[in-house]
Amino acid sequence: MMRDTIILRVVAKLLLPAILIFAFYVQFHGDYGPGGGFQAGVAAAGAIILYGMIFGIPAAKHVIPTTVVEIMVPLGVLIFAGTGVVSMMLGENYLNYSPLRAAPGDGQHMGILIVEAGVFITVASTMLAIFYGFGGLADEADAEAAEAAEDGEK
Amino acid sequence: MIAAHLPALQVVIPLLAAPLCAILRRGTIAWVIAVVANWLAFAVSIGLLFRVLDEGVISYAMGGWAPPIGIEYRVDLINVFVLLVVSGVGAVIIPFARAGTAARFDSTNQAWFYTMYLLALTGLLGVTITGDAFNIFVFLEVSSLASYVMIAMGRDKRSLTAAYQYLIMGTVGATFIVIGVGLLWAMTGTLNLYDLAQRIPDIENTRPVLAALAFLTVGISLKLALFPLHLWLPNAYAYAPAVASAFLAGTATKVGIYLLLRFFFTVFGGEGFFLSTPLPEVFLVLSVVAIFAASTVAVFQNNLKRMFAYSSVAQIGFITLGISYATETGLTAALVHLMNHAIMKAGIFMLLGCVIYRLASMRIDDLAGIGRKMPFTTAGIVILGLGLLGVPGTSGFISKWWLVLAALENGQWWLVALIVIASLITMVYVGRFVEAAYFREPSEKAMNVREAPLAMLIPSYVLVAATIYLGFDTTWSVGLALDAAASLLSAAY
Amino acid sequence: MTTILADLNYWVTVFLLVGGLYIVVAHGNMIKKLVGLSIFQTSVYLLFLSPGKVLGGTAPIIAEGFDVYSNPLPHVLILTAIVVGVATIALGLALVVRIHRSYGTIEEDELHDLESDA
Repeated sequence: MMRDTIILRVVAKLLLPAILIFAFYVQFHGDYGPGGGFQAGVAAAGAIILYGMIFGIPAAKHVIPTTVVEIMVPLGVLIFAGTGVVSMMLGENYLNYSPLRAAPGDGQHMGILIVEAGVFITVASTMLAIFYGFGGLADEADAEAAEAAEDGEK
Repeated sequence: MIAAHLPALQVVIPLLAAPLCAILRRGTIAWVIAVVANWLAFAVSIGLLFRVLDEGVISYAMGGWAPPIGIEYRVDLINVFVLLVVSGVGAVIIPFARAGTAARFDSTNQAWFYTMYLLALTGLLGVTITGDAFNIFVFLEVSSLASYVMIAMGRDKRSLTAAYQYLIMGTVGATFIVIGVGLLWAMTGTLNLYDLAQRIPDIENTRPVLAALAFLTVGISLKLALFPLHLWLPNAYAYAPAVASAFLAGTATKVGIYLLLRFFFTVFGGEGFFLSTPLPEVFLVLSVVAIFAASTVAVFQNNLKRMFAYSSVAQIGFITLGISYATETGLTAALVHLMNHAIMKAGIFMLLGCVIYRLASMRIDDLAGIGRKMPFTTAGIVILGLGLLGVPGTSGFISKWWLVLAALENGQWWLVALIVIASLITMVYVGRFVEAAYFREPSEKAMNVREAPLAMLIPSYVLVAATIYLGFDTTWSVGLALDAAASLLSAAY
Repeated sequence: MTTILADLNYWVTVFLLVGGLYIVVAHGNMIKKLVGLSIFQTSVYLLFLSPGKVLGGTAPIIAEGFDVYSNPLPHVLILTAIVVGVATIALGLALVVRIHRSYGTIEEDELHDLESDA
């Protein structure tokens, strides 16, 4: 645990907004340039993971609780798959976004933004779920080690 | 309108249902969703069957991007047959799942279990329906990852190591498949299976194409547990929850066999290329060894689930034996046995699940005298066991009959003898169960058990009934397989 | 020598492939096995990306002054493969954690002894 290191704490606080903004830049730039939900999701999750590593996982879980993460993982998939169903209901093939908007090309833009939003949600929350899952183990191990040390002192 | 979208719906319905289960997190609701989704998927398969019989091959362009650039879902007689088997077996298993899962897991974990089940179903249906080589890998991994989780949810802690073992070997297999796909893509610039089939004859004897065939063969063989790549299977089936064992035994290896057929006869089949390789002979030898080695090992198992898991390896040997003939009769035998074995093995593992539900043990000594305490369960296992043996009046007989026909057609009378001997070995291990169940005094554990609940028995008996029915009326099972085999081979010659 | 350099990508691919597979087979430690598996999968990424690169080509976005573009398809495929790889490793490690909790070891030979006793 690194919560006592003042330099890390200050630098992390400065970096976090920049990372998050960059994540969203990559996200919304993704439909006509390099980028997209996957990279953005990893970057955004990276910000939370950095926060968790420096301020402790309980602090990170305060920002994004486990229950939220566990709902976000399937939610992203639902958004992705649901977009396809909407396009199917509008009479086109599955995941053909064209009918979403009247003007040609607009529908494709809109569809890919929605789909990328779904990807973003799932990827970011999956990264967090993995981090919480394995990071929680480190906390448990720390707690056990501390207990063992106390027992040793007695 | 819906008819036009059936190929997409086949995969999308379970895909949408899976995250719904995960969000709602209530065991009962998740189960209802899983049942509805699986039955709908089965209905879609039936709809697809009628459309294929009506209008021939269906091609569906994902996202409106025309193949071969876009991902194509392509349904013909062969994959609609496998789709029916996968979704049909699933549709019978899922109502059965309720009692066992509710007794073991809390509500949240039940929901996770059904999520995994639906993802595995999505993956298997996706592998079968897609016409894109890379898409196959993605769906294969979706189904594999979900099945690792299901296996790890078994009650014995050995399920964890079994799942780990399967994960390692399954991933190696999947990676081999991607390597093969990558080599093909580098040589042809296309990922569409049917486009590949047209381009490969021009370059068929180049080294990358031969290497691709080798990688794909090994990778797929790992997934379908062809001897000697079957090492993950016995423990995985033995320690997984009954629902997972039944589902995987009925569907996962069968989809592997479909992939083998698709690659051998469609992708590499052009102008007799596949037949010019030594692969048919290799498969003939491996299949015979699989049948004998695995059946013999099965005889000496004391855990019933492990016994029938080894029996699965042997039965897969029968299917690949049919493939190795590469004749219409041989492929028909393979396809018919694919379906019959899926039904029989899923049924056996479901009935074994009934036994575990009451007895909490799979050791053959603990099962002594079970025939008097759980008469219907035991009778069901015996009928399905007779099916594995190939007794006339069960569907197993039909499969063996076609295998024998295919062997005779090639003039390999010695193979007929081997098939008969192998059936005798099957009789030994099924006989061990019969002896313990009916002719021994009840063990201490077996004294206090009752018959399994109807909610578990009825779905199991659907499969028992199907086994007997398909033993008498073969018009549509064999008829469909014959047509499918003919269409596979028409491309290959 | 020049032929080796010309096909350097593929030599590295083969090296990673064989090396990774060797680790999977030869090591008894379950985490090291997963590391090997990861290296093994990485070799495939290289196999796909190498033929997709066009010398002098740029990212496939239409822009003034560029007319040679690299093939974007392998990147999409490999992005997918990476996701699959991450999921596999995460699940594998989760299983190792559970195995360690249940058995107290993650060495395969020790596990084998424990299981045959049980």
